[in-house]
Amino acid sequence: MASAGRGVTAPGNSLGRSRPRYGETAVKVLLLAAALVSIATTVGIVGALIEPTIKFFGEVSVFEFFASTDWAPLFSPPAFGVIPVVTNTLIITLIAILVAVPLGLAAAIYLSEYATARVRKALKPILEVLAGIPTVALGFFALTLVSPFVRSWWPFPMEAKNGLVAGLIVGMMIIPIVASLSEDAMSAVPGGLREGAYALGSSRMIVSLRVVFPAALSGIIAAVILAISRAAGETMIVVIAAGSNPTFTVNPGKEMPTMASFIAQAGSGDLPVGSIAYDTIFAVGSLLFALTFAMNFISARFVRRFREVYE
Amino acid sequence: MSSQPHVTIHQPEVPRNLAALDPVFTVQGLDVFYGDYKAVRDVDLTIGRKEITAMIGPSGCGKSTVLRCFNRMNDLIPGARIDGKILYHDEDLYGDHVDPIEVRRRIGMVFQKPNPFPKSIYDNIAYGPRVNGHKRGDLDSVVERALTQAALWDEVKDKLKASALSLSGGQQQRLCIARAIAVQPEVILMDEPCSALDPIATTKIEDLMQELAKDYTIVIVTHNMQQAARVSDRTAFFTAEVDEAGVRHGRLVEFDETNRIFTNPADKRTEDYITGRFG
Repeated sequence: MASAGRGVTAPGNSLGRSRPRYGETAVKVLLLAAALVSIATTVGIVGALIEPTIKFFGEVSVFEFFASTDWAPLFSPPAFGVIPVVTNTLIITLIAILVAVPLGLAAAIYLSEYATARVRKALKPILEVLAGIPTVALGFFALTLVSPFVRSWWPFPMEAKNGLVAGLIVGMMIIPIVASLSEDAMSAVPGGLREGAYALGSSRMIVSLRVVFPAALSGIIAAVILAISRAAGETMIVVIAAGSNPTFTVNPGKEMPTMASFIAQAGSGDLPVGSIAYDTIFAVGSLLFALTFAMNFISARFVRRFREVYE
Repeated sequence: MSSQPHVTIHQPEVPRNLAALDPVFTVQGLDVFYGDYKAVRDVDLTIGRKEITAMIGPSGCGKSTVLRCFNRMNDLIPGARIDGKILYHDEDLYGDHVDPIEVRRRIGMVFQKPNPFPKSIYDNIAYGPRVNGHKRGDLDSVVERALTQAALWDEVKDKLKASALSLSGGQQQRLCIARAIAVQPEVILMDEPCSALDPIATTKIEDLMQELAKDYTIVIVTHNMQQAARVSDRTAFFTAEVDEAGVRHGRLVEFDETNRIFTNPADKRTEDYITGRFG
C-alpha cells in the first residue's frame, strides 16, 4: 500500500526554477545603486571642478599659480600664487599629525593591550564621542581658550589667530580617529600571537610594540592616512583660529589660512559667478583634491609593501 | 559486538631510566581558580627532568589549565589564581619574588594552533633571543641551531627571509618549537601541539619530541591517547568530577609510568577512559 506512493514525483516537478525570483534581482540592483552613489559623487565632484579650473588657467598662468608666493586672489590687483596656502595647509597638517599620532597611538595601545575589559568598555565610547564634537565648537575653543594660553607661553611674537593653535586643535580633533581605528586594528590581531610572544618571555610593552603593533600596521597606517586627509581638509577650526591673511611663512605664530579655509572664506562672500576670483575657488579645490588623492594613493602602496599579513 | 580498542604502546628505542625521577616541577595540592570558580582541584604531580610527561583526559578536565600554571601563562587571564604549591626545582614558582617573564624564558610553550609571528622565518626564531637581549653577533648560528634541532633547517635554509606563514601547518608548528628552543629553555610545554595537524605532520612532531627529550623536559597535553602512549614516559590522567555542591572541577585521577597507565591502570576511571568506554 505504501509502495504506491513511494518514489512518485508530483507532475511538473523538475529541478528548474519554478518561478522567477524578482525580489532577488531587485535587491541586487538596489545594492549596486547604493555602491554607485558614492562613486558617482566623486565623479561628480571632479566633473564640477574641471570646467571652472580650466577656465581659471585660461586667465592665470600655471607658472604664476605654482611658482609665485603672493596669494591675494580677492584683492585688487589680484595675485594668484598658491604656494602660501599650500604650505600653510601642510604645516597645520604636520602640527596636527605630530599631536595626534603619538597621543592616538598611545591611547590605542593602552586600550588594546593594557586596559582591562571594563576600562576599555568605558573609555572607548567616550573617545568616540570626542570625534563627534562639531568643529566649529573646537574652533572657538581654540581661539578663545587655547590661543591666549599658548601665547602666554610662546617665546616669540604670536598673533591671536595663528597656525600653531589651529594645528594643535586640529590634532585634537583627529586623535579619536587615530586612536579608535588603530585600536580596532590591534584588537583584531589574533590572541595566539600575543600568547606566543608572552611565552617567549616578553614583557607587555615588548608584546605591544614588537608583535601587536607590526601585525596591525596596515590598519594603523590606514587610520593615520584617514586622519591626515581629515586634517588637510579641515575647514572650520582653521577659518576661526588660523586667520585669513596669507603670508608665505613657516612661522606658526603667524596667521595661516589653508586651502580649505580659503575656499570657505571666499565661498561665503558674494563673489560674482564666473569671475576670476570665483574660479579661483575651484582651482584651489582641484589642487586640494589632487593632493589628498595622491597622498592616499601613495600611502596605499606603502601599506601594501610593509604590512604583515597574519592570516 | 565491538572489539577491544587498540592502544599501541611504542617504546622509545633507547628506554630512559624512569626509576630515577629527577623532579623539575613538584606540584603539591594545586587548586586553580578563575574568579570564584575552582577549575582544578587538589593536584599532586611530579614532572621529571628530560622526560616526556603526558597529561590526558576528557575535555574540561583541567589538563591545559594545569599546564599553563607551569609557565604562569594563567597570570594573563584576569581573575586567575592558584592555591597550593608548584616548586620549580626547589623554588616556589608562585613566590612573591618570582618574575613571570623570567619564568617564561626558562619554560617555553608550544600551542595548539601554530602561531608563528607574521614575520620572516628568521625573525620568528630570532625574536626570543632578541627580546632576551641577545647580542647581534652570532644570531645566525642561534637560528640555525634552533631550526636544526626542530628538524626544519633542511626545509627552510634557502628561504629564511620568506614569511613564516608561507609554511605548511606542520612546518609552522615545528617553527614554533624552534622558536621556543631558540631561547634555550629547560622545559617545553606543549598544549595539544598536533591537534591542528594531519597524521604525517603529527608523526614528525612526535619523532621530534622523542629527539628533544634528550635535552629538554617536555610536558604535553593531548586529547589523543595513542599519542600519549607513543611518546610519553609518564602519564597523568585527569578527569572532570562534580563535587557535593554540584560544581565541576578538574581532578588528577592517576599519575604513573605510561606503560603502567595503559596496560595496568590502578584506577577504574583510567581504565574506562583508555579502553574507550568513556570520554
